[in-house]
Parts: sequence; C-alpha cells; structure tokens
Amino acid sequence: MSELSTLIFGRLTWDAIPLHDPILIATFAVVALGGAALLAVLTYYKVWGYLWSEWFTSIDHKRIGVMYIVLGLIMLLRGFADAIMMRIHQAIAFGDATGYLPPDHYDQIFTAHGVIMIFFVAMPFVVGLMNYIVPLQIGARDVAFPFLNNLSFWMTAAGAGLVMVSLFIGEFAKSGWLAYPPLTGIMQSPGVGVDYYIWSLQIAGVGTLLSGVNFVVTIVKMRAPGMNMMKMPVFTWTALCTNILIVAAFPVLTAVLVLLSLDRYMDMNFFTNDLGGNAMMYVNLIWIWGHPEVYILILPIFGVFSEIVSTYSGKRLFGYSSMVYATLVITILSYLVWLHHFFTMGSGATVNSFFGITTMIISIPTGAKIFNWLFTMYRGRIQMDVPMMWTLGFMVTFVIGGMTGVLLAVPPADFVLHNSLFLIAHFHNVIIGGVVFGTFAAITYWYPKVTGYKLDPFWGKASFWCWLIGFYLAFMPLYLLGFMGVTRRMSHFDDPSLQIWFQVALGGAVLIGLGIACFLIQLYVSYKKRGSLRDTSGDPWNGRTLEWSTSSPPPQYNFAFTPRVYDLDAWWHMKANNFKRPTSGFLPVHMPKNTAAGMMISGISAVVGFALIWHMWLVAGLSFAALLVAIITHTFNYKRDYYIPADEVERTEAEFDRVRLANQQSEVVA
Amino acid sequence: MSDHDHHHEEEGPHSTFSGYMIGFMASVILTAIPFWLVMGDVLSSRNATVVVILGFALVQILVHMIYFLHMNFHSEGGWNMLSLIFTVVLLFITLAGSLWVMYHMNVNMMPSMMTEISDSA
Amino acid sequence: MSHSTATPAAGNPEKFEFLVTGDHHAPNGTLLGFWLYLMSDCLVFAALFATYGVLSQNYAGGPSGADLFDLPLVALNTAFLLFSSITYGFAMLQMQQKKLQGTMFWLAITGLFGLAFLGLELYEFYHLIHQGAGPQRSAFLSSFFTLVGTHGLHVTFGIIWLVTLLVQLRKYGLTTANRRRLFCLSMFWHFLDVVWIGVFTIVYLMGSMS
Repeated sequence: MSELSTLIFGRLTWDAIPLHDPILIATFAVVALGGAALLAVLTYYKVWGYLWSEWFTSIDHKRIGVMYIVLGLIMLLRGFADAIMMRIHQAIAFGDATGYLPPDHYDQIFTAHGVIMIFFVAMPFVVGLMNYIVPLQIGARDVAFPFLNNLSFWMTAAGAGLVMVSLFIGEFAKSGWLAYPPLTGIMQSPGVGVDYYIWSLQIAGVGTLLSGVNFVVTIVKMRAPGMNMMKMPVFTWTALCTNILIVAAFPVLTAVLVLLSLDRYMDMNFFTNDLGGNAMMYVNLIWIWGHPEVYILILPIFGVFSEIVSTYSGKRLFGYSSMVYATLVITILSYLVWLHHFFTMGSGATVNSFFGITTMIISIPTGAKIFNWLFTMYRGRIQMDVPMMWTLGFMVTFVIGGMTGVLLAVPPADFVLHNSLFLIAHFHNVIIGGVVFGTFAAITYWYPKVTGYKLDPFWGKASFWCWLIGFYLAFMPLYLLGFMGVTRRMSHFDDPSLQIWFQVALGGAVLIGLGIACFLIQLYVSYKKRGSLRDTSGDPWNGRTLEWSTSSPPPQYNFAFTPRVYDLDAWWHMKANNFKRPTSGFLPVHMPKNTAAGMMISGISAVVGFALIWHMWLVAGLSFAALLVAIITHTFNYKRDYYIPADEVERTEAEFDRVRLANQQSEVVA
Repeated sequence: MSDHDHHHEEEGPHSTFSGYMIGFMASVILTAIPFWLVMGDVLSSRNATVVVILGFALVQILVHMIYFLHMNFHSEGGWNMLSLIFTVVLLFITLAGSLWVMYHMNVNMMPSMMTEISDSA
Repeated sequence: MSHSTATPAAGNPEKFEFLVTGDHHAPNGTLLGFWLYLMSDCLVFAALFATYGVLSQNYAGGPSGADLFDLPLVALNTAFLLFSSITYGFAMLQMQQKKLQGTMFWLAITGLFGLAFLGLELYEFYHLIHQGAGPQRSAFLSSFFTLVGTHGLHVTFGIIWLVTLLVQLRKYGLTTANRRRLFCLSMFWHFLDVVWIGVFTIVYLMGSMS
C-alpha cells in the first residue's frame, strides 16, 4: 500500500505545505482570498464563456499579445513583492537584529525574484509586445503559425504557474537565479526547490523557443509586398534579431538544464564534485545562453524607443540603416562575450582579456543607437508625452548602466567588483532603465491601439516620476555598497555603518512600489474616463508605421486589403500621398480557427512537470503518455481555418469609417 | 522580395533518383573509409588519423546536406542557407569556445586533474 | 500571385497603389519554420558535443572508450541509419510521382531500419550497463550516454511521428498538408543522419583510438 502511494504521490506529503512559516501562510491566505474574489467576480458577471472563447482559446496574435502582457504584469507584482521583502529584510538585519526572514526563506526569495523577473516578467512583456505589434507593422493578418503562438503563451503561463505553486507546495530553489551546481546537485539540494526551477524553466522554454521560430518565419515570409528588409520598421528589425537569438540561445539552456536534471534524477556526474564531474562546465554553458538572453530582452526595447522617438519628434528616425547594422552586430557579438560573467573563475589572462575586449566592443553599437535617438530629436518638434518621458529617462539611466557595465568588463576591476552589490546595481540599472522603462513606454504608446482609448497622462507621469526617482534611490546606494565590498545575497550584516544605505535603498523600493500602484490606478482611471480618452482615428499620435493605419482596436483580420509598401515609414508615406480607404470590393478573409489544444497541451505539460518534481513516477508516466496522445490528436485536425464573409468585412470597415469621419468633422467644427 | 514571387503549386525541393543514389554511394564510401582507418589501425600517427577522419566526417556532412537535405542558396529565398551558416558559426563558437575556456580553467584551477589526464593518456 | 508587378512610380504621387486589391495569401512558412527548429535542435547537440568534448577524458578511474566501444556494432548501426536515409529518399520519390502505396511502403521500410537502429543501440546500452559502465560511473560515461541517448530519443520520436504520418496518409492521402509533413519528417530524418556522422566520428572512432 505504501509503495502504491509512493508511486502516486512520490515525496509529496502534507508536510510539503509550509504551515510553519507565518509569512507564507499569510501570503497564501491573501492569494487564496484574492483568487476566490476574482473567480466570484468573473462568475457573477458571467464572463467565463467570453474569456474562454475570445481569449484563452484565441489564436489571434493581438489577443495573445495582450495575455502575455497581463501575465507579465501579474508576475511583476509577485516579483516586486519579493524585492520589497528583501529590501525590508536587509534594512533591518544588522548586528543583533536578525531580520524577519529565516535565511532559508530569504534564499528562496532572492532566487524567485530573479527567475520571475527575467523569465516571467521581462520575457512575457517583450514577447507580448512583439506579438501585438509585429504582424500589424508588416501588414500581415496573423503570425505564420497561429496555433503555435497560442501554445507558446500557455507553455509560458504553465511555467509561471509552477513557480507560483512552489510558494505553497514545497519550496523554491535557494540557489540564485542561475542555479549553479554543485550547490544545486542532489547532495547539496535534495529538496524540490531546484526541481521546481528546472521544470518551470523547461516548460516555459519550449514556449519561448516556439514563439522564436514563429516570429522569424512571420517576419521573413509575411511582410507586405514592397516591404523589403531595409523598409522594415525598426521595431520589427529588432524583433527579428531577438527571435533569431531566441532560436539560437534557448536550446543551450534546455540542454544544460537537462544535464543538471540527469545529475539530480539519474545520479550522473556532469557537474558533481567527484567521478570526473566539472561544475565549471555548467557555468560556461548556462552563460552561453545567458548573455544572448540579455540582448533578447533589450533589443526589442531599443526598437520601441526608436518608434517612439521618431513619432514624438515628428521626424523620420535618424540613421535607420546604422540602427539596423548596430542591431545585427549586437546579435552576433552577443555570442562572444559570455565569459565576462565569470572572469573570476580562473580561465587566466589570455581568455579573460579576449572576452573583456569583446565586451567593450559590444558597447559601441549600443552607443551608436543612443546617438541616433539624440539626432532624431535634434531639431524635431518634440511632444513631451508620457512615452517620451520614459524614453528620456531610459536614455540617461541606460547610459549610466552601460558605463558601469564597461567598467565591469575590465577583468582586473571585475575581480574587485564580482558578485558585489555593484554588479546588482549595474544590471538593475540596465534592466529597469531599459526593459522596464521601455515596456511602460510601449504600453503607453500602443495602449490606444489595443483598447481604443488613451491612457490618462496624469497618472502616467506620476508613475514615471516614482519609478525614476525610486530607481535612483534604490540602486545608487548599491553601487556605493559594492565599492565598499558588500557582496550580493547576504541576509545579515555586522557593520552598522552600512545600514543607512540599505535604508535609503528601501525608500527607493517603496517609491518604485508607488510607481507600480500609480500605473495600476492609471489603468483604472483611464478605463473610467475612456469616453473622453477615446481614439476614433486609429492614429492618435500621428504615427508612421502600418499599425496606425488600422482602427483602434484593429479588426480581427487586421487589414481588409494587404497594404503595399513603398517607403520605410509606410503609413506616413500613405498619409502624405492622400491615401483613401476603400469602401467597396471587399473579399472574404481567410483566418485560422480558435482551438483549446494549446491550453490542453500546456496544462498536461504542467502536470508532467509537477509529477517529475515530486517523483510521482506513475503520474509522470501517465501524464506524459497523455501529452503524446494530445499532441498526436491535434495533428489529426486538418480543418483549422475559416473565412470571414466579405459583407462582414465591409460592415466592419464601414463602421470604422463612419466613426472616424464623424469625429473628424466634430473636431473641425470645434 | 524574390521569395514572394516564384510560388509553385509544389512546395519543397524536387528530388531525383540519381541524386539520392549519388548521395548514398558517397556516404557509404565516406563512412567505410574512416571505420577502416580506425579498426585496421592503418595510419601510425594518432593525430593524423584524427585529422583524416574529421575531414571525412566534414565531407560526408556536406554530402548529406546537398543530396539528402537539398541545401542550396535559393530555397526559401536564401534563408535556409543563411540560418544554416549562422548556426554553423554558433556551433563553432560553442564548441571551440567551451573547449578553450574549460581547458584554461582546468589548467589553472584543477591542476591535479590535468596531471591525472596526462598520466592516463 | 497578384502583387508581383507593381513598382513605385517615382515622383508621381497619384500612381501609388497602396493596397493589394486581389486576394492575398502569404506564402506558407512551415518548411522554413521546421528548418529553423532543426537549427535550434542542432544547437542542443552542440551543447551536448561541447560537454562531451570537455568531459570525455574524465574516466574517474573507470573504463575509457577504447575499453568499451564495439566498432563492428557501431558500423552495423551506421549502416542501418544510412539505409533508412536512402529508403526515405525513395519514399519522397514515390511521393513526387503521387504514388500513395509506394510512399507508404518505403516509409514503413524506413521505420523498420530506424527500429533496428534503436534496437542495436539499446542492446549496446544494456551491455554497457551490465558491465558496470553505466552513465553513473564517470563524467565521461554520463556525457557519452546523454549524447548518444539524445540522438536515440530523437530517432524514437521520429518513428512515432512516422507511424502517425502513415496513419494520416492512409486516411487522407497525399494532400498538400500531408506532403508538407512528409517533407518536414524527411528533413528531420536526414538531420539525424548528419548528427550521427558527428557521433560516430567524434565519440566512437576517436574514442576507440585513445
């Protein structure tokens, strides 16, 4: 009997629920109550059917893009909760005070913070933006593989779900966000934490890889006629390079995590201390993925800022081709710098100087981009709207982060600063200053396109200033502490003279929290005021690229007629040449059908992952078989498309024209 | 873009019987020789054997690419070849980079292991 | 295709045709997409080869490749894989001539060669583990089993896919979708050949010499 229960439940027992930790119980209570309230509200307003048929099973790239961003925002709240807990703890854990987090819990928090922020906040933000914008910018009706796109999203969500489950069932890894062995080997980490880490990343990684393939093919094959490579919008260019990097880098992460799992599950000896294992190989491999990952996150954001700068300056982007070549150079070079993450591991002077030099070289194309943005603004008619404020905040902050990065690229300096808070400050400087600011800029910029109404600027500005000041308050002290030799991941300090800096940093984190709150308030206020913020033109900012030629929000099929492109700023060119919207001659539009297969496959994958984490071999075997059956069954579905009838297209287009023209006239009258 | 323009009813490459046979015969020969070299201990120098069989492997990979995978410079508007070249570059960086980096790490950080290896070799 | 002829009429803004008035279908991207997937798979193998390269001398006092590898067996296995490649080629030729039965016949033969390959590989693994040279014995053996095993796992999934495709061919015939799938599986199968060339050269032949 006990053997059977081991086969079914593995090492999962009631003890896995952390009842002993009051913080986790409180968190659980909040999440459970909040979740129950959300479910109740959804049921009360009877939106389940709508959510299911219009969102969860949707293969529309626009819907999927929005779901990615929502996932990113939810996980941002979780990741930020981790951050503020660490900041509070470090601000009080001095001398005799031990802080309020047991070391064991503190270690899980910093690991979860890193993993969540990179994989389940930054990645969903970036992939979500590409999902929404890229097909519209290239004049396509959807991505190349709409079903895979839905599957990718749900795989990412399944990975995020596993991380969330680890809060309440078992534990998360205590190893830092890259889970270096031998600490993460089975000897040193026998618990389930590292297994949660491995399987959530593997499942989400499948989603990321598939969306990478999907977008490369979409951009290569589905551009509107006339849009050759050098007429592609910059955001699409950066999206192409990012997805190339995804396709090329994520396999290495998959492989190295497989090797770590084999060490843990099958007692193999890749990274163990004995029988010939070599833990340094893990570090080497994971950074071969890890460094390109940094550029996967930042390149599309460079694209976002390029779009915003040229739109709000009312000018064509300065140095378009240099922007493209800079992006390409970064794409290649990002594979030649990985060792700068472990200069101190002992490869010696020859190897270190090679990678130090390549690291310094890679900052050159990035610097070129900054100059391009500056020259675009030069003599432009700049509108200081919220996206532009984020852009300026980014340019200053990112340059500082870049310069501290170049400092760290000097191996002798790195030997002093390695794994110190200086490093922490550096990468938050570029990730917050780059990816986070860029995401908020992008959300503000494209919000009217997605929802049909603009975001309220007051709360946007409040959010911006809280984030900007909060960022500097939170991370500038960390540079100083790094210089004083404070290392990362410490849960207790003896030297009382350091405490003031941690308290200042806590103040910064609180301000950042206010920034997030302002953003959420902004969403709510804008929704309430959507009548006065409405965009009926489809082109609220006098945009330049094709997404602004559609209605806001765009119809399901994006473009009733595929546009023909003659110029880099295609929509600008169309407007300049008196483009007239057609009112007749519409044809039926060929579209893919919704499907629940993506959710199903991802759901089963999450079960496989959970069973493997808890060594539930029977469940794992059965659910894996179910996974195969689900995938094979899906391949027997050959009827995946349908036509939107021409008269429906005509009605949709006529309605857009009616509202747009009515509003234009009322504006003229006013 | 040229890949938009020529659009046949039939996707994918057209293959011929003679193409497959040439590829097959070549790969049989290119497999047999390295096996013979190693199993028969034909070349006295170990390093020479390594270089020769690696050369044969490279040629055989090219044969497979051309005759079985139908690689050329114009399928999919050249993107197949471009992605292959990019992958080969990354493959080289990953392999050579890892070996180079790890060799130096082992020399500097695990000298005892290095002597063990040179003893056994 | 309806849109291939227009060129911008420079200097005359009235001449721009901003919309494709006919029906516009973007070209199918499945073959390119699958090729890109293969490239990513190739980099999985790159990581595994790199690991093997770094760890291949770490015997930890255990057996080396020269002690373990049975080259005639590997040669036979290589032959199976090569035969399966040419038989897949025959299946593709039959497909081009729109011969369903012939396609399915050669596909089935390919699958049998694949099974023979897997059977021999499993026999080899079983034999090694039985001798005490299992994947837990040393870092060298861990990386050997993982590299060769990952290739074998790919062959396994290839066979599952092949059987699925046989059923689909029987049910739906040589439709456009099925022909596309046959192309994709052919790329997958030949790609596994290419990986195997690396495996038998670097792992087995070079391993047997030291």
